[in-house]
Amino acid sequence: MDLALSPHHAAFAREVQGFLLSHRREWPGPRATRAQVLAWQARLISAGYAARTIPREYGGFGAAPDILESRLIAESFIATGAPGPLAGQGISMLVPTLLEVGTEDQKRTWIGPTLRGEIIWCQGYSEPGSGSDLASLTTRAHEDGDDFVINGQKIWTSTAHLADMMFCLVRTEPDAPKHDGISYLIFSMATPGIEVRPLRTMTGQAEFNEVFFTDVRVPKNQIVGGRGQGWRVANTTLRHERGMLGDPNAAEARLSAIMALMREETVGGQRVIDNPLMRERLMRLQGEVLTMKFNGLRLLTQSLKGESPGLAGLIVKLQGCELNHQLAALAIDALGELGVLYEDSTHLRAGGVWQHRYMFDLGLIIGGGTAQIQKNIIGERGLGLPREPRPLAG
Amino acid sequence: MDFALSENQRLWQASLAGLLNRSAPLERVRAFAEGDAAVARDVWRALAEAGASGLLIPETYGGLGLGLLEAVLTAEALGQTAAPAPFLGTSLAALALASADSQTQERWLPRLASGEATAGLAVSEAVAGARDGAGVSFTARRLRGRSLFAIDAEGADLLIVADQTGRIHLVETGAAGLSISPLTSIDRTRNLSEIIFEGVDGRPLDDDGGTALSRLRDAAWVLLAADMLGASQTLLDKAVAYAKERRQFGRVIGSFQAVKHLCAEMAASLEPCRALVWYAAYAWDRIPQESSLVAAHAKAHLSEVSRFVARTSTEVHGGIGITDLLGLHFGFKRVGLDRQLLGGPERVRDHAARLQGLVD
Repeated sequence: MDLALSPHHAAFAREVQGFLLSHRREWPGPRATRAQVLAWQARLISAGYAARTIPREYGGFGAAPDILESRLIAESFIATGAPGPLAGQGISMLVPTLLEVGTEDQKRTWIGPTLRGEIIWCQGYSEPGSGSDLASLTTRAHEDGDDFVINGQKIWTSTAHLADMMFCLVRTEPDAPKHDGISYLIFSMATPGIEVRPLRTMTGQAEFNEVFFTDVRVPKNQIVGGRGQGWRVANTTLRHERGMLGDPNAAEARLSAIMALMREETVGGQRVIDNPLMRERLMRLQGEVLTMKFNGLRLLTQSLKGESPGLAGLIVKLQGCELNHQLAALAIDALGELGVLYEDSTHLRAGGVWQHRYMFDLGLIIGGGTAQIQKNIIGERGLGLPREPRPLAG
Repeated sequence: MDFALSENQRLWQASLAGLLNRSAPLERVRAFAEGDAAVARDVWRALAEAGASGLLIPETYGGLGLGLLEAVLTAEALGQTAAPAPFLGTSLAALALASADSQTQERWLPRLASGEATAGLAVSEAVAGARDGAGVSFTARRLRGRSLFAIDAEGADLLIVADQTGRIHLVETGAAGLSISPLTSIDRTRNLSEIIFEGVDGRPLDDDGGTALSRLRDAAWVLLAADMLGASQTLLDKAVAYAKERRQFGRVIGSFQAVKHLCAEMAASLEPCRALVWYAAYAWDRIPQESSLVAAHAKAHLSEVSRFVARTSTEVHGGIGITDLLGLHFGFKRVGLDRQLLGGPERVRDHAARLQGLVD
């Protein structure tokens, strides 16, 4: 147990922060143009602070993987306030998948422009009839000459209205067992036969879409992995997504913001923090936030050593998403009546961010594997409890 | 950056587990709970031979000179088996003696290290507030009053006593004017006492306005958290094992999601606590500016998680869970005592808020 950084890593952290601060004039602000955003991304890649471990021939920086360096880079963005590298489903999910199972041609074609932010991706997984039971999906692709022809519907497709491309799970072998009949295709959202309809949620915004496919033709060489291999391919990316969803650093930042809010806001002339019940709730959540933060340190060390994270890793999505939702709930309760104001209201606090999170974060508890699916995973893979017996028929 | 146990720490854990499985199996724990005091002496002898009694005592006095993290691993192992042993009192006395004069250290540390002497802790009023009008005053070099909920005082040779101003005194249990009587608690695997001071000769170890007591309290909170971690782990392990073997409706009950999810919820709340307790111990040893806050959160958070795990594990067991025969209740009661000792979670969290300047 030694939490001190080695001289090499301490120097590295200083170097990253120094770089970010010295390029402050290039930081894209909230009203930055697309060109400015892409220029900053290009700058970060060339410095090695974005796409760090992606090989150079595919448009990355080509550094050897060093998990601690990656963590220090992420912390340096937070510490300096510099805008972070581009994220999104293309960079965080498609790129790792292509690196693992894509053909050489696919890697050369898609990874570079995706990293540079020139191509925006969306993910076509869930369907109206296939949520937790994703492998039951029914969007079909049949062979016709050199193409697959897709018919069906996807849902919960965030960024589909902005995306240039989709990575998508379709059923290509209808007679195979459900997990073995799925293929992973990538195609342009401009392909004829694709219709995107925005899906408004309880937040009042359309954070998701529905996507409809009618005879959408996709060249056969745009399959990733083999035919019928899509389930295995998708599972590599789902792992990446779950890591993203329970980030303890986000919870810590939210807790600090709520603590500041409770010190500033007054009700009946009394500061919210002076209400012992509100203070108790804050302290309870602080205990949970610290616990997940230290669990993150433990996981970091495990991955540095190449050890399997075990239970400590399996619980992150469940606990992290729940914690974030409880933090949003506390912020709203601390605001009281102010906490129901929304959108353009006068007296609105923090741009309405807590109200939005309270509603949106409930979706995160459900998405990426519901809390109940997470509990099955913890119970079965983590604790070795038997699976639910399958029904005999149907 | 390395947030993991070292090879030596893992070996220590393994040897403790072996030692406690031999010296404190369930039937021995039960025998102690039913009045066989020899069990705790045997456990302590075995622990002392392994070095646990002198874990925090410098090597020059015959101890191992290790840190709170090793002590945490020991407390966790004791919690895991619900083993009776005066580890908490003796360890905290070793820490308190660090600020004693060298003559006192020479007199006590070698005897505590060898296991020949043990110590109890009577600081409840100064740390957690007085109940029933208890409290110990110190005037004209004499201690007067009562201290409740003293830990490991029964059979001890030495007591660490906090007076009303937060100063710490060393009192030998043979001192004139001192009487120790047992309090019966739900947890029969440890002893709680009421101590009466009628003009007992006192000698403050420090005059630093409570810093020594704060450090002692923080260490105690972390060790209690570790005891809860160990006890809860056993409660979870037993629930999972039972859910894999108990059959109802023609299948093992662990295949029902209703039961599986209870187990998953226990694991999801307990597993990250390991990192919290490690960090709290590491901070006590190495990061003084964070130590008090994390110690408070470790105590409070483990109190909540272990209460949830204790009741849920019992529920997973169904009817057999509440029987005396199964013995699950030893862990249930162990965390019940740990939760209240030296301040329940609400009080401890209030302290955490004060540390951060959140209370006027």
